[in-house]
Amino acid sequence: MRHHLVLRVVSKLLIPFIILYGLYVQFHGDFSPGGGFQAGALVAAAIILYALIFGVDRARRVFSPAVLTVMAAAGVLLFALVGYAALLGGGNYLDYDYLLPSDTAGQHVGIITVEFGVGLTVTAVMALVFFAYAGRTDEIDDEDW
Amino acid sequence: MEMFVDMVLMGLLGITAVAIVFTRHLFTATMLAGAYSLTCAALFVNLDAVDVALTEAAIGAGISTVLLLGTLTLTRRREKAHKGFSWPPFLVVAVTGALLLYGTVDMPAFGDPNSPGMRHVVPEYIAGTRDDIQIPNIVTAILASYRGFDTLGEAVVIFTALIGVLLMVGRRRPDDEEAGTRRPERHP
Repeated sequence: MRHHLVLRVVSKLLIPFIILYGLYVQFHGDFSPGGGFQAGALVAAAIILYALIFGVDRARRVFSPAVLTVMAAAGVLLFALVGYAALLGGGNYLDYDYLLPSDTAGQHVGIITVEFGVGLTVTAVMALVFFAYAGRTDEIDDEDW
Repeated sequence: MEMFVDMVLMGLLGITAVAIVFTRHLFTATMLAGAYSLTCAALFVNLDAVDVALTEAAIGAGISTVLLLGTLTLTRRREKAHKGFSWPPFLVVAVTGALLLYGTVDMPAFGDPNSPGMRHVVPEYIAGTRDDIQIPNIVTAILASYRGFDTLGEAVVIFTALIGVLLMVGRRRPDDEEAGTRRPERHP
């Protein structure tokens, strides 16, 4: 879609705000609707929009699949490690009360950390799945439709 | 008023679904599926399920539409013609639909605070979120804390799905290019 000037300009304006909104949904999830999964989907949508407008090859260079793969694994690992941290603190697996001396503070830290893990995984997985399918497709010409 | 908006949106959903069934042009069907998801998202907002609405709008209307479009470029634009009406699938669909409708008869009224689902652990979660966890969003508290193990399982499921997709279609095999199914890489 190299010659779609309007689409390119509008997406350039929109993509930073979509990612910013994703971060808001991620880290404000304790107070307003949202959380890791929604934030991940939003950020991944921004990445996919970028890939649609500027080409999959360029998107692959900006959001490297190798880094995304590590991100996907790191998110799940972070979630699981929070569970082990609670075990080390003397509680049950994923019982955030034992993360910090104060139960409530422990819950807050635990929730925000595991939501961040979910966000990382969902962002990376959505983007990688798109790259995997887009990698099999030729560049689409406008005449194809 | 809310009831009216719900009915209008449900009507739109029905019309979109019927249109998807009847169109033979796959591009049209994909776009209608995106519109269906967006209508669903609006319906979820009206039902106060904003979390679900966010997900539906981003994934249903956005990402899956793009994935379907990507799939369309690998296949034909039109569905194969059907060979007329056949009874067995119609009977299966009709019986399943009738059973589902029959099942709704026993369901408690929408939002009924005395329904069994609301009385079991929900009061405990609401009080616990207020007193122990102390965050305003009960949905987040339930997902990340009370049901943390389930959410870990979901994260693992998503990750496993990624591994499956990467194993099946993620590799760029050189023989694909020899067969001419893909243009050569510009940025290897």
